[in-house]
Amino acid sequence: MKGNVIKYQRDNIDTDVIIPGEYLKIHDYAELATHAMEGLDPDFHSKVKEGDFILSGKNFGCGSSREHAPIALSHSGIKAVLALSFARIFYRNAVDGAFLLPIEIDENAYQNISEGDEIDIDVSLNEIKNITKNQTYKMKPFSEIIGKIIKAGGLFKYKPD
Amino acid sequence: MNIVEKILARGSGREKVSPDDVIFADIDKVMVHDVSGPGVIKVFDKLRKQGINVDKLWDSSKVWVAEDHFVPSAEKISAENIVKLQNFTKNYGIEKHFKYGMGQYGICHTLSHEEALVLPGEVYVGGDSHTNTTGALGAFACGLGHTDIAYVLLNGKIWFKVPETLYFKLNGKLPDHVMAKDLILKIIGDIGTDGGAYRTMQFGGSGIDEMSVESRLTLCNMTTEAGAKNGIVEPDQKVVDYLTSRGASNITLVKGDSDAEYAKVYEYESSEMEPTVAKPFSPDNTVVVREAPNVDLDKSYIGSCTGAKYEDLEAAAKILKGRKVKIRTEVLPAAISIYKRAMENGLLKIFLDAGATVGPPTCGACCGAHMGVLAKDEICISTTNRNFPGRMGHVESQTYLSSPLVAAASAVTGKITDPRDLN
Repeated sequence: MKGNVIKYQRDNIDTDVIIPGEYLKIHDYAELATHAMEGLDPDFHSKVKEGDFILSGKNFGCGSSREHAPIALSHSGIKAVLALSFARIFYRNAVDGAFLLPIEIDENAYQNISEGDEIDIDVSLNEIKNITKNQTYKMKPFSEIIGKIIKAGGLFKYKPD
Repeated sequence: MNIVEKILARGSGREKVSPDDVIFADIDKVMVHDVSGPGVIKVFDKLRKQGINVDKLWDSSKVWVAEDHFVPSAEKISAENIVKLQNFTKNYGIEKHFKYGMGQYGICHTLSHEEALVLPGEVYVGGDSHTNTTGALGAFACGLGHTDIAYVLLNGKIWFKVPETLYFKLNGKLPDHVMAKDLILKIIGDIGTDGGAYRTMQFGGSGIDEMSVESRLTLCNMTTEAGAKNGIVEPDQKVVDYLTSRGASNITLVKGDSDAEYAKVYEYESSEMEPTVAKPFSPDNTVVVREAPNVDLDKSYIGSCTGAKYEDLEAAAKILKGRKVKIRTEVLPAAISIYKRAMENGLLKIFLDAGATVGPPTCGACCGAHMGVLAKDEICISTTNRNFPGRMGHVESQTYLSSPLVAAASAVTGKITDPRDLN
């Protein structure tokens, strides 16, 4: 899975900035996408391209349980969020709804990947290749249940053993 | 096993569970509101297109619905969401729908305890992150997104990874001027907004024995701000009395074993606690009130599931009685039952005499939705739970989180004020 990186070098990017509370009444996915990241980066909607990735620090998606957050990002074209760690509801919403991949990375990847870098995520090898910089980083493997739900294409397609 | 492990073992039909076990737990109760409800309806529409049968819920008697985030409707989209929710509950035969303008209604988490909708030992999920609140009744209470709630509504179960438990041992009684809100802000300040991530935060000790059920609800409510999967308190006679007086029966008390294991134990001396606020822009950015910045406040907001229970209003009224507010002050009781009690006991008159406005129950400005949102550069002191950028309105507005005592004292002076320092 190849794409370019939009980097926010900060921790605790919360759901209030990913999709502000006033838009919670909206359930049209395309319209939600036009407000993605509005609380932090008003230019996001104009710069994001189909297939891009977001890179960020610790505790990405903390705050409310609004599924609007992964929906707004995914319908903006974001295929994966790479972060040092994730808040739990954002993580499970992203996976169970099959909106995007939440990829846990280490400090090395976080510091070395820059805005605009082209990277290639290979979840079968748990590896991230930085094509721009010719570097390779490890990603944290998905836990067994998460891996199975992702492979199935979301919770509704997953058949428990 | 500790209390959470026991509840999840029962829920998953196992004799024993341990942290990191992945289980499918049967759900005893599920809640949706006017944001997650339409979200779930959207998921149902998607599933229908994929050929999945969504004609019938697994058990509509276990579902309840609240109208809280966008009531009263400020514009058409919100009004239409309420109509959608109404059709949904009608079509699926959900009887427990608490409607704005039709008797008891209020913030979903407040209804969970005011209406005794959740009992000790139950597995309860809600389409809202502050579902954690209800763990104060001794239930496993956990927030989920729309897809997960849709899955629960159709299948009656959901997957969980059994969490590790952080145990917060609270010793002794809180001083008069200190509330549970001060204590939980102190704890979040200590452990950070991811300090409880993926884990249970359990509260116990003599400090909990001394504490009212409503104060315990405040503690569990804000475990969400520490990233916790759930907050919980082992139920005691106070919980039984609280729920029984609200019509519950057949209450079974589940408690942890004496050899229960905890990932970590934290200890707090209640007598050492001070009035505390969280400064912008994070609930873990805490400082004791006497060291808070000397800013000119624009507004005091006493509302939300966190800070507008009856006890919270009583605390605010104690301060505002015979005094006048210096800044805009809004009091929004969290449910109609609380509103009525506050009226019958003279609290609303105290607020109105002080110059405050009393509004209807709503999540409203707490989530920056409507009814009192902040303008650019406005500064608010609030009994709510989050103060991320833009949480209560403009992205350049500021919110200080506090107890109702501090919010009321600050309303009187226009500055962030320790209730002990009021003349």
